[in-house]
Amino acid sequence: MAHAEAHAHDGHDHDHNHAPAGIGRWLFATNHKDIGTMYLVFALIMFFIGGAMAMVIRLELFKPGLQFVDPGFFNSMTTMHALVMIFGGVMPAWTGLANWMIPLQVGAPDMALPRMNNYSFWILPFAFTLLLLSFFLPGGAPAGGWTLYPPLVLQAGDSFGLTIFAIHMMGISSIMGAINVVVTIMNMRAPGMHLLKMPLFCWTWLITAYLLIATMPVLAGAVTMLLTDHYFGTAFFNPAGGGDPVMFQHIFWFFGHPEVYILILPAFGIVSEVIPTFSRKPLFGYESMVYATGSIAFLSFIVWAHHMFTVGMPLAGQLFFMLSTMLIAVPTGVKVFNWTTTMWRGSISYEPPMLFALAFLFLFTIGGFSGLMLAIAPVDFQYHDTYFVVAHFHYVLVPGAVFAIMAGVYYWLPKWTGHMYDLKLATWHFWLSTISVNVLFFPMHFLGLAGMPRRIPDYNVQFADWNMVASIGGFAFGLSQVMFVWIVLKSVRGGGPKASARVWDDTNSEGLEWTVPSPAPFHTFETPPVIK
Amino acid sequence: MNEPLNGPASKPPTSNRALAGRLVLFAAGSFAFGFALVPLYDVLCSVWEVGNRWTGQKATAVAEHPQEDRLVTVEFIASVPDNGTWRFAPKLAAMQVHPGKLYSAEFSAANLSGHDTVGQAVPSIAPSVAMQHFRKTECFCFTPQPFRKGETRNLPVRFVVDRDLPVDVDRVTLSYAMYEQPRVAAAR
Repeated sequence: MAHAEAHAHDGHDHDHNHAPAGIGRWLFATNHKDIGTMYLVFALIMFFIGGAMAMVIRLELFKPGLQFVDPGFFNSMTTMHALVMIFGGVMPAWTGLANWMIPLQVGAPDMALPRMNNYSFWILPFAFTLLLLSFFLPGGAPAGGWTLYPPLVLQAGDSFGLTIFAIHMMGISSIMGAINVVVTIMNMRAPGMHLLKMPLFCWTWLITAYLLIATMPVLAGAVTMLLTDHYFGTAFFNPAGGGDPVMFQHIFWFFGHPEVYILILPAFGIVSEVIPTFSRKPLFGYESMVYATGSIAFLSFIVWAHHMFTVGMPLAGQLFFMLSTMLIAVPTGVKVFNWTTTMWRGSISYEPPMLFALAFLFLFTIGGFSGLMLAIAPVDFQYHDTYFVVAHFHYVLVPGAVFAIMAGVYYWLPKWTGHMYDLKLATWHFWLSTISVNVLFFPMHFLGLAGMPRRIPDYNVQFADWNMVASIGGFAFGLSQVMFVWIVLKSVRGGGPKASARVWDDTNSEGLEWTVPSPAPFHTFETPPVIK
Repeated sequence: MNEPLNGPASKPPTSNRALAGRLVLFAAGSFAFGFALVPLYDVLCSVWEVGNRWTGQKATAVAEHPQEDRLVTVEFIASVPDNGTWRFAPKLAAMQVHPGKLYSAEFSAANLSGHDTVGQAVPSIAPSVAMQHFRKTECFCFTPQPFRKGETRNLPVRFVVDRDLPVDVDRVTLSYAMYEQPRVAAAR
């Protein structure tokens, strides 16, 4: 792994903290740290908007019967919750972390294409303004599910065009972000920073970036076909014109399955850095981690139809998609094994980033196991479109991706702000989140196995008890996240003791980011660091 | 990869601009690939005899060889979930059909809502095992049906019950629910 000399400059030769003043600093930002901050703030805002929609869903499902919202609005809530959380919350959060940390970790002065970096961020607020404006149009916000299946999605009101356009813009933004990451990692590494010396967060992001460039355009193609079917009379998905709605599902999931790895691979990178730091041991099996990540990325392209076993496909097709899906458990198992082995006989301490990484390890694995169950084609016919699926993907996305983002923020926040945050409060945030997230999502397994369908505003009374439990967990989880904002704000505004350059008192966190002072100066690595 | 994994990283072999250009081309290729999946899907469907186009061809094929020695009862049901806005009923309650032969039936609909509207009929077939063997070659439910204020009109459906209908099924029910299109309802 990279082992750097202490960064040589002392920050007095010229002003390293010179940043442009006023709103122009943000509007015309080309500095990777400023853009990273904007991405993270944007993601946090979207996390709360999408979270508010989840609260509406859990409120309506608290009791059987229709209490608060009408079914059409409820469908808008489930659809928009997914779109906002996936494209507005998790993906921009990863891009923000990449912007902040990848140049620091590979010893580069900035991202390779700083101006494009500015565009790729500033497209996002416009995309989501368009998407959220659709609430105020005749027919309301999109309500046909985030998967946009025709013919249902084509029956949307005036929101349809806005939704498609917003998705195009999000896609362009994330493709530009991905190109930037690839060029930065390929071209901007400090001398001596060989690819296999990079921290794993850079590796997982590099692979994620390739997934993005390969699949986001496929989604753009699919929604373009929807657009022309709706407005220009083409018949890609219209049987009356010789099309087939099932084809949309194939194209969508050809994008959709790599997309779920886009959401989770950077999480693997974060956990692979946090666990060694707080176990005070080097990561076990660094190279196998890299190859496992690559294998998962490759497999993600050949498993898409396991999302749609019930549409009808030849037996050979079902077997192929079932077995290739189960194969993913092998590289994922390698990763879980390596993380566990890293902790073996380590000198473990339980600071908030480590707590979140440990919760990730346990709870993501639960999501992985329910994924294996769903992969089995014959039983998938029972689980399909039930709350079991909802439980599965929320386990991999919330205590999976979101907890890893939390771990990353708590790991690097002192490096960003220069101040240690309130560890006690963050530990409370951890326990409240972890307990409530399980109260929220675990009962959904029971509901799904008992037959409760997804995306319904009302349900049979037999499902009442577990829905009430899940709703209580949901409200508790939502409220716990307010603590997170408070903890971050406190650290940003200079509360808490000053953080040292190394931040964490161990000797094993070897990334170059620990060789620059805390807070990281506005400009870093203008002269490349020397790597032994 | 642009360079050997353990080679020196001091001089990138491609400039940032060239590498970014290649990646943009890669993205453009992915966009084109999305559209290439359309003909690819047709090819795979015909190889495996699945999908929409294949079943359409099958419907034509079965329509040419009727099973004269078998009779199946097809019942028609019409319902109106929003009471008072439509009068909607089948012209015939039921008919006897030979599997493999093309028939047509008519429904009569009247717009009682007091304004111009667009109706959408949603079909349903029972029992569910009959669903994949009941092929509508033309149906008023395929398209939105505009109605003037007070207009009454007959709506046709043409169908084939195919010969693979399981032998224990002797009665198939085709029912329609008529809705006002949500977009029209929302715009009013």
